[in-house]
Amino acid sequence: METQDTQKQVSSSGRGSGQPPLVEMRDISISFGGIKAVDHVSVDLYPGEVVGLLGHNGAGKSTLIKVLSGAYQMDQGEILIDGKPVEIGNPRDARANNIETIYQTLALADNLDATSNLFLGREMITPMGLVNDAAMEAECRKIMAQLNPNFQKFNDPVSALSGGQRQSVAIARAVYFNARILIMDEPTAALGPHETQMVADLIHQLKAQGIGIFLIDHDVHAVMELCDRASVMKNGKLVGTVDIADVTDDDLLSMIILGKQPGQKTE
Amino acid sequence: MTETSSQPVPQKAKQNLFQQLELDMRLLGMIGAFVILCIGFNIVTDGRFLTPRNLFNLSIQTVSVAIMACGMVFIIVTRHIDLSVGALLATTSAVMAMTQTELLPNILGMGLNNPLTWAITVVVGLFVGTLIGAFHGWMVGYLTIPAFIVTLGGFLVWRNVAWYMTSGQTIGPLDSTFLMFGGTNGTLGTTTSWLFGFAATAVAIWALWSGRRAKSAHGFPVKPVWAEATLAAIIAIAILGYVYIVNSYAIPTRRLERMFEARGEVMPEGLVVGYGIPISVLILIIVAVTLTVVARKTRFGRYIFATGGNPDAAELSGINTRLLTVKIFALMGFLCAVSAVVASARLANHSNDIGTLDELRVIAAAVIGGTALSGGLGTIYGAILGALIMQALQSGMAMVGVDAPFQNIVVGSVLVLAVYIDIVYRKRLGAK
Repeated sequence: METQDTQKQVSSSGRGSGQPPLVEMRDISISFGGIKAVDHVSVDLYPGEVVGLLGHNGAGKSTLIKVLSGAYQMDQGEILIDGKPVEIGNPRDARANNIETIYQTLALADNLDATSNLFLGREMITPMGLVNDAAMEAECRKIMAQLNPNFQKFNDPVSALSGGQRQSVAIARAVYFNARILIMDEPTAALGPHETQMVADLIHQLKAQGIGIFLIDHDVHAVMELCDRASVMKNGKLVGTVDIADVTDDDLLSMIILGKQPGQKTE
Repeated sequence: MTETSSQPVPQKAKQNLFQQLELDMRLLGMIGAFVILCIGFNIVTDGRFLTPRNLFNLSIQTVSVAIMACGMVFIIVTRHIDLSVGALLATTSAVMAMTQTELLPNILGMGLNNPLTWAITVVVGLFVGTLIGAFHGWMVGYLTIPAFIVTLGGFLVWRNVAWYMTSGQTIGPLDSTFLMFGGTNGTLGTTTSWLFGFAATAVAIWALWSGRRAKSAHGFPVKPVWAEATLAAIIAIAILGYVYIVNSYAIPTRRLERMFEARGEVMPEGLVVGYGIPISVLILIIVAVTLTVVARKTRFGRYIFATGGNPDAAELSGINTRLLTVKIFALMGFLCAVSAVVASARLANHSNDIGTLDELRVIAAAVIGGTALSGGLGTIYGAILGALIMQALQSGMAMVGVDAPFQNIVVGSVLVLAVYIDIVYRKRLGAK
């Protein structure tokens, strides 16, 4: 993969051009056994934009995002894509709306090889209705050559792969199918510095293609570097959404820890 | 994401002969165990074990358990279990026995040997089996009751439904066409068996060749030609060898005479006719080949293994795992009904204890065949070999004259030992 400069590309986002947001999650609530995991939260995402979701463990970030990816059903609220309300009742609906997710757990079937995982649920089929393994492996080799040129273990189950290799399989699955909306749940948690840099480069590339990305991350510095805006959650509630250009690391930290908006910095 | 050149595919450095053949070591180990078992029994019984007659009988005795073991592989791969297969076999067998002896003759006025009787009976049996299986699957998948409990309940329920339906009586005689599915009463004859053998060999070699072609068309590494040729030769020898054996088992002269008498003809003096491939074995082969293709080459099969490997990942990939569970259990029910046809036809009647303990034999066959109870791993051919090994062990010990209690003690110990060897083997491979 060619190294791109890692400068922020704030201007590439489609925000402010008058068009509706790519995704708008309005007033979302979801509770588990009386505990409000997500409490009346609204976030939005524009094409070519990276929005960071920050907060402590248990703040509700992952739960909120699983509503969008179809893993959980919300109790209340509304999801709009391109300004139109959509029903997302299961992961199939999310995929049909070009929403792809890289889960924190990667969600790989360990006993299958990289190709089977890449195409899981969307296998290529021969005219006879059988899965076309050779064609899928060829596609898998192509995309892996772009994402992780060192990747060679195409015929081993993914349980035999290293953390970084597994991560690249999960990323390949999310970007191969022309995602418009990409959810990344701590994509660099299990990675070394080199691989983390590769993910950062990838985010810049995808952003330049006009894909909207929700990035869940614990690392405030990573968010400062990669994101255009950040939404901070605490105890299931939204603390606020800020432009990264307007805040400092410390501002974000105090939002996460204290749950306070930085002193009236409205645009 | 702009660069599209595909990367060079490196040739793997292969170390030994078996790796070049890309044969599964576990499969080789099982074939080795089976061969050693056969030769051992043959020595102890002074050559009575490896006779065409005994191998013919061994194959027809294995069919019923082997068919169900194929379905059990899918069940266990998805981390479920089915304890009700023997009881389900009994219920579907009872349904079919009642259909052909009571329902069709007394209500529809069709005689026992009416040409349609066997077909209607089999369709009814398969339908009932599939329905009960789907019902189990619905309880497991949608009501989320553990499969262990659903099928433990099913074990008691269906065993006794069968009892109630037949009032505990042995139902017979059965339709004469129906009996052809049992083994001895229905074989292909020598000529058809040879034709089948050559056709099967041709198809197997074609499958190997087209797989190789698909790989090389995309520039993926392929096995050396001699390795493919060796594999093809092994397959051809196995298929044609079996045909040769069952063709050499001659129908006893008395029986042949009766067959000629039934047709109003006189048997020519000194005529020798071989049995050929039993229809029941043919059914097993069809089931095995179909399910192997399903497992490897269809979405359904891919989803079964994905769900077994990581149920959450399967769900998040948009696979409807609940419906999948229903389908897998429905398939198991269907296969129980197929086994019921074979088992009751082989015994020539429906008896109240048909299929007793089959659930344990079926699970043991699948597990000996390398199906991991933790899910995600298992093969159809392994399960069939597992069933064959267990049956060979059982009937070999019976021939040697081992007491019945010791037979079961040995079979039970072998099951535990086989699984232990499998665990050691997997650990040495690097805990796959």
